[in-house]
Amino acid sequence: MKIVVLIKQVPDTYGERKLTSEGLVDRDASDAIIDEISERALEVALQRKDSDKATEVVVLSMGPAEAKDALRKALSMGADAAFHVLDDALVASDIGWTATTLAAAIRHIGDVDLVIAGDATTDGRGGVVPAMIAEHLGLSHLAAVDGLEIGAAVSGSQATESGSRTVHAPLPAIVSITESADEARFPNFKGIMTAKRKPLTVVSLADLGVDPSFPELARSVIVSTAERPPREGGRKVVDEGNAAAELVEFLASQRLISAGSAKGV
Amino acid sequence: MTTPALSRRDLEFLLYEWLDIESLTQRERFAEHSRETFDAVLELSAEIATKHFATHNKAGDQTEPYMDEEGRVVLIPEIGAALQVLAEAGLVAASFDEELGGMQLPITVARACMTWLQAANAATSSYPLLAFANANLLAAHGTPEQVAEWAVPVIEGRYFGTMALSEPDAGSSLGDLTTTGHPQEDGTYRLTGTKMWISGGDHELGENIVHLVLARTPDAPAGVKGLSLFIVPKWLHDADGAPAERNDVTLAGLNHKMGNRGTTNTLLNFGEGRFTPGGKAGAVGYLLGERHQGLTYMFHMMNEARIGVGALATALGYAGYRQAVDYAKVRRQGRALGEKDPATPPIAIIGHADVRRMLLEQKAYVEGALALVLYSSKLVDEERTATDDAERRDATLLLDILTPITKSWPSQWGLRANDLAIQVHGGYGYTRDFDVEQFYRDNRLNPIHEGSHGVQGLDLLGRKVTMHGGAALELLLGRMLATVERAASVGGDAAEQGRMLRASVERIRETTQRLWGQGDPALALANSSVYLEAVGHVVVAWLWLEQRLAAGEKEGDFYEGKRRAASFFFGWELPKTNAQFDLLDSLDRTTLDMQPAWF
Repeated sequence: MKIVVLIKQVPDTYGERKLTSEGLVDRDASDAIIDEISERALEVALQRKDSDKATEVVVLSMGPAEAKDALRKALSMGADAAFHVLDDALVASDIGWTATTLAAAIRHIGDVDLVIAGDATTDGRGGVVPAMIAEHLGLSHLAAVDGLEIGAAVSGSQATESGSRTVHAPLPAIVSITESADEARFPNFKGIMTAKRKPLTVVSLADLGVDPSFPELARSVIVSTAERPPREGGRKVVDEGNAAAELVEFLASQRLISAGSAKGV
Repeated sequence: MTTPALSRRDLEFLLYEWLDIESLTQRERFAEHSRETFDAVLELSAEIATKHFATHNKAGDQTEPYMDEEGRVVLIPEIGAALQVLAEAGLVAASFDEELGGMQLPITVARACMTWLQAANAATSSYPLLAFANANLLAAHGTPEQVAEWAVPVIEGRYFGTMALSEPDAGSSLGDLTTTGHPQEDGTYRLTGTKMWISGGDHELGENIVHLVLARTPDAPAGVKGLSLFIVPKWLHDADGAPAERNDVTLAGLNHKMGNRGTTNTLLNFGEGRFTPGGKAGAVGYLLGERHQGLTYMFHMMNEARIGVGALATALGYAGYRQAVDYAKVRRQGRALGEKDPATPPIAIIGHADVRRMLLEQKAYVEGALALVLYSSKLVDEERTATDDAERRDATLLLDILTPITKSWPSQWGLRANDLAIQVHGGYGYTRDFDVEQFYRDNRLNPIHEGSHGVQGLDLLGRKVTMHGGAALELLLGRMLATVERAASVGGDAAEQGRMLRASVERIRETTQRLWGQGDPALALANSSVYLEAVGHVVVAWLWLEQRLAAGEKEGDFYEGKRRAASFFFGWELPKTNAQFDLLDSLDRTTLDMQPAWF
């Protein structure tokens, strides 16, 4: 089985995350790391590899030259091969361009049985790239799956408004996993040394047969950016006998509990 | 979110932009390595430090180790869990030879990795660092069989190790040790005696504990020349090399400390008779190397242990500095000078010049100390992998003279940085709700252990400065003057700093000659701590000039910060040494003449 894991390099959430004046991620403002959700997606694939040695895990990333560090780390954690889509034309890509490029890369890798991604990255938070790739490649798609089981098909559960449901799909498929997936393993020193000898292939849009002007594909452009306003003062609930009701009313108004449960008070 | 305790950016600057660590990969020992493996292992260390060490730093402080009813040491479980992660990552073995299961990582990079762990959790980091030092000594001086039996399991992270030197009545004065190893007919020894201050002396973290015990044989001459070194495991091996029978090493008690509480510190009895291996009392020990050479072996690795203490002190200072900067950026108090309207919102305290002064001081101390620790570590790599005798001799001489400074300077000024971090936090810094008071308590150990501040002063002035006809000092001063030349060719503020450094180099030379030229060693050594501190400040000024030159005119906040901190050190810190050199030059007798009755 060949599994492709989508890896994104993002600014460390420990650091200060800033945008440039053009509205792009300021990569100098903080350390670049593998997005934690990407690491969890990789962990899911590596666990499959642990139980079935015939599994091949390929990590794929699209990003600037530094993204190779993220891919190297993924290799040191246990992935077998890496693909890096590197092309100046991809600077300031939106979700549409990203999904088109990644789909072309997956096609380029070839014979892929399963693609695993995080449900949303910590910097972009779009959460739709896997669905768009599925559309491009005609793959079945399961979004935001907990407890992914990988066999002849893939299955797991999805949270719904009122509970959860079990979903499954035939292979080939693309699945996005959630933060409920296991935390990723650390690379070990042996893995770091062997990662140097694993293949890391750099491809351009031309290699993938993608027209860098993305004809007929609409593109969102950042027009302006603004800093998030400082947090405002909270609301104080003073208990004058009806604090519980007020608290429930507040939680319901924030949709943190359902209105139905609020009525029961 | 907690702030990572070190700065990756600063480490990258020091390792790559200044020390050019990548050039080490041209040496045969490190040929398998590259910038990529260095980066990967540094990132791995940072992650383990942040996710598994920092997370229980406070818990380890608040829940001290204790002895249960069966005489076992109980630690919080997070310590063992973190060490398990570390062992699986292969980090303890990092710098050992490949044939011992290591990865031949340069000591400089391994040191940077360990500094991450020390900054995140000083107490927990002590266990692997002690084990590492123990295995290092064994690998250097043990027979192949001893290495396989006792060092390899430590390198693999299965066993832990200690250094058992001090006794209740003899610490700095090792010549007065009384623990004795009695030779047996089968070539082993039976040890009897009591050892004090043994960190990691007993616990259940691994399968076994390998004590390296300094003791004398019955025929030994008095003093340090009669000391031998013994391998004394907690559990003796069976024929298959597995821990099988309890050795006669008994935990007599735990010390209750001001800081570093998660590192259990013990009083151990050897040969008390509570256990009777082979049917009789006495702790079974195996001689390491030759009889009466024990202290030589210990000193062989004392350099690295002392650099390790300097690194620990630096790490704690650094962790406090990082928290102080973060706090100063969010804590709002007071208004800018000239703002009279009380309705305006208060400003972050980093807006006040005196707060910035305290942050600058911390930055100058901790980044200067880190540079010192990494520079010394690189000398260890150079000494080990030198391609010609001259390079090896130079590395050895420089390491010899810089070791007391690398141990003491960070221990003094890292602690001062912690003091200032508390001050920046104000009253909150004095509470246990914040981390900075713990950093201070943890760091207070470092001027005391591994040769106290005073012992380092004696070592520097009494031994290192005079050895080989003053060759080490001249070599060091020559290195400083070479930096001065480079600074002169750059011009501007760097050249001005170079001129100041040149004057300080002259002062060191003159003061050293004056102290040793007057004929009375007792008078020369009476103020050796002052000498240590003054020379230490000049050395760190030199390393700030080196950083200034490495930063060049590169743009960005990081480089601007380096240039400003260099300027601060030269403007505010280096001039303090003039008063110290004046005092030394005056051959002041105050401490020498003071009588006990006058106190």
